[in-house]
Amino acid sequence: MAAKEEKENKSVAVTIILLVLCLIWSLPTIGLLITSFRSRDDVNRTGWWTVVREANFTTDNYKQVLAGKNYTYVDAQGNTVTARTENLVRAFLNSVTVTIPAVVIPILIAAFAAYGFAWVDFPGRKIFFTIVVALLVVPLQIALIPILRDYMKLKLTGTFLAIWLAHTGFGLPLAIYLLFNYVSTIPRSILESAFIDGYTHFWIFIYLILPLSVPALASFAIFQFVWVWNDLLVAMVFLGTKQEVAVLTQRLLNMIGTRGQDWHLLTAGAFISIVLPLIIFFALQRFFVRGLLAGSVKG
Amino acid sequence: MEDFEKAVRPVGFFPNLWLILWRMLIAVVVPGVGFFVMYIGFRFLRESAAPAAVIAVVAVIWGVGGVALLYFATNWVITQLGPAWRRRLQPFLFVGPAMVILGWYLVIPTLRSLFLSFFGPATKKFVGLANYVYVFSDRVMLTSFRNNLLWLVLGTGLSVLLGLIVALLAERSHLEKLSKALIFLPLAISFIGAGVIWKYVYAYKPLGESQIGILNAIVTAFGGQPVGWLTVRPWNTLFLIVILVWMQTGFAMVVLSAALRGVPTSIKEAARIDGATEFRVILSIIIPYVRGTIITVSTTILIITLKIWDIVYSMTSGLYGTEVLASQQYKQMFKFLNYGRGSAIAIILVVAVIPVMWYNLKTFMQQEVF
Repeated sequence: MAAKEEKENKSVAVTIILLVLCLIWSLPTIGLLITSFRSRDDVNRTGWWTVVREANFTTDNYKQVLAGKNYTYVDAQGNTVTARTENLVRAFLNSVTVTIPAVVIPILIAAFAAYGFAWVDFPGRKIFFTIVVALLVVPLQIALIPILRDYMKLKLTGTFLAIWLAHTGFGLPLAIYLLFNYVSTIPRSILESAFIDGYTHFWIFIYLILPLSVPALASFAIFQFVWVWNDLLVAMVFLGTKQEVAVLTQRLLNMIGTRGQDWHLLTAGAFISIVLPLIIFFALQRFFVRGLLAGSVKG
Repeated sequence: MEDFEKAVRPVGFFPNLWLILWRMLIAVVVPGVGFFVMYIGFRFLRESAAPAAVIAVVAVIWGVGGVALLYFATNWVITQLGPAWRRRLQPFLFVGPAMVILGWYLVIPTLRSLFLSFFGPATKKFVGLANYVYVFSDRVMLTSFRNNLLWLVLGTGLSVLLGLIVALLAERSHLEKLSKALIFLPLAISFIGAGVIWKYVYAYKPLGESQIGILNAIVTAFGGQPVGWLTVRPWNTLFLIVILVWMQTGFAMVVLSAALRGVPTSIKEAARIDGATEFRVILSIIIPYVRGTIITVSTTILIITLKIWDIVYSMTSGLYGTEVLASQQYKQMFKFLNYGRGSAIAIILVVAVIPVMWYNLKTFMQQEVF
């Protein structure tokens, strides 16, 4: 990139307009956060913005959605009902179990492929890579029915392996494309000296290319992490409705269905599901933006 | 490896017999053992009743370690096969797994879906073009097409326009970093999380009750009637599109911001010295300069919007006339178990991205990377 460009003139009026825009943009999320810390009665009685008048916070909602404790309430007919709330800890762990391999496996396979396309000569290299470029924008909807049928035959539905492979398949075109763009710019001289020392392609890749590619790998990793963590469709189709493997997005969807008016729990659940991507977003914003810039071709 | 070959070569009547047998043995045994170990791990994960945390750790190690192990084992086997075979097989060690997975998960499914789209619900009866006739004539499907068009035009258009405006404003403000981070933040949130956030914004209570949704609170504060934002046709689709715009503006802004930094200051300054207003500079110099980026961002958001599903599914389940193509496809698949119609809709989604695919390929061919 060129040397840093001169900054534009700053204007107070523009800053104020922008602040108003930012406030509008942030209000929905602020409302969610505040509501998740208010009691059930408060949430149903007044809007979340009234906390500026009477601040009254509790962490009970989080205790409920995380631990799934029993609670009783009196329903419209005057009966006392005992119900058990959702337990999102399991779903959180499932999301982690789904996401980590679904990020690492495609990166590993794509890194090998990117190296192969960039530095190993073989027949059909160009055609195969052209196919990868074409697949960049293919909607994953095309694969749902055929792959689901395969999974049913292989008894894979509802297993973690099923969803890892699916995310790998759907994430690979972009991963290969991004990593190829990076790996192919590594100077030839570095590789040649390694060849002269008698290393095979495999060990050059392990010892030389992988460490050199860390920035590109990190960018894609964050991109893929946010994508897999936030995914609902692939999880719904291939993990199915089994509670033991359900991920956070699925449980959140269930909560919308079963406790659509229990805003105190729904907001707490939603916040739990978005907290990890938000942390990653703030901690690794630079990588995230870089991945996004490079990945702005994805379908 | 070479030491081993030297040691083996002079032995016996057929000098290479032992070597060949040895190679055949490991070519069969090593992958066999590898797959067996992987299968045991798989069985454990599928049937185990261990605590979730244990399963999580085992699954991650098994999945990630397994893939790495397969590469190392395959490389070892290829190395044992001697230099000639190594040269022939090595490229496929690198690109083979990726090609197999892409073939299985994207290339072949496209052909299979095309095939399925000519058959009835359970792929037993050939129905010709009946599924496509249904797709282009059914009333709900036609609503989906109209809505999808609205999503594509308004969703993409507003995201890119607002993204450009914010990028331009941020450059000229005192709070560039903070404002960008705030606008960008919704992009890290899932569609379903955003669904909850906006369902609460749109929350509706009958007149007279205290409004807990901020939008209706504002409306009633000005003396208006509370509105069921998600149920009023045809406006409800617009209120759903707002959610997408809220999420994707940040994406457009970040990519466009990077492009704006590439506009040479000298040209802008020259225009300003010539007396051009800031508005004029933006319109006649900056925007033409970043046109290419605007096109890239637009196509990316177009494709995201084309496949939009989560927002509609979580907010209205496609009721009240908010159905889109992807939500119809999901319904045909899992609610009506009509694989023929589901596949036909999927094929239409693929046909819709062909122009973008063609454009990508054209750009790629021009780069002459090989």
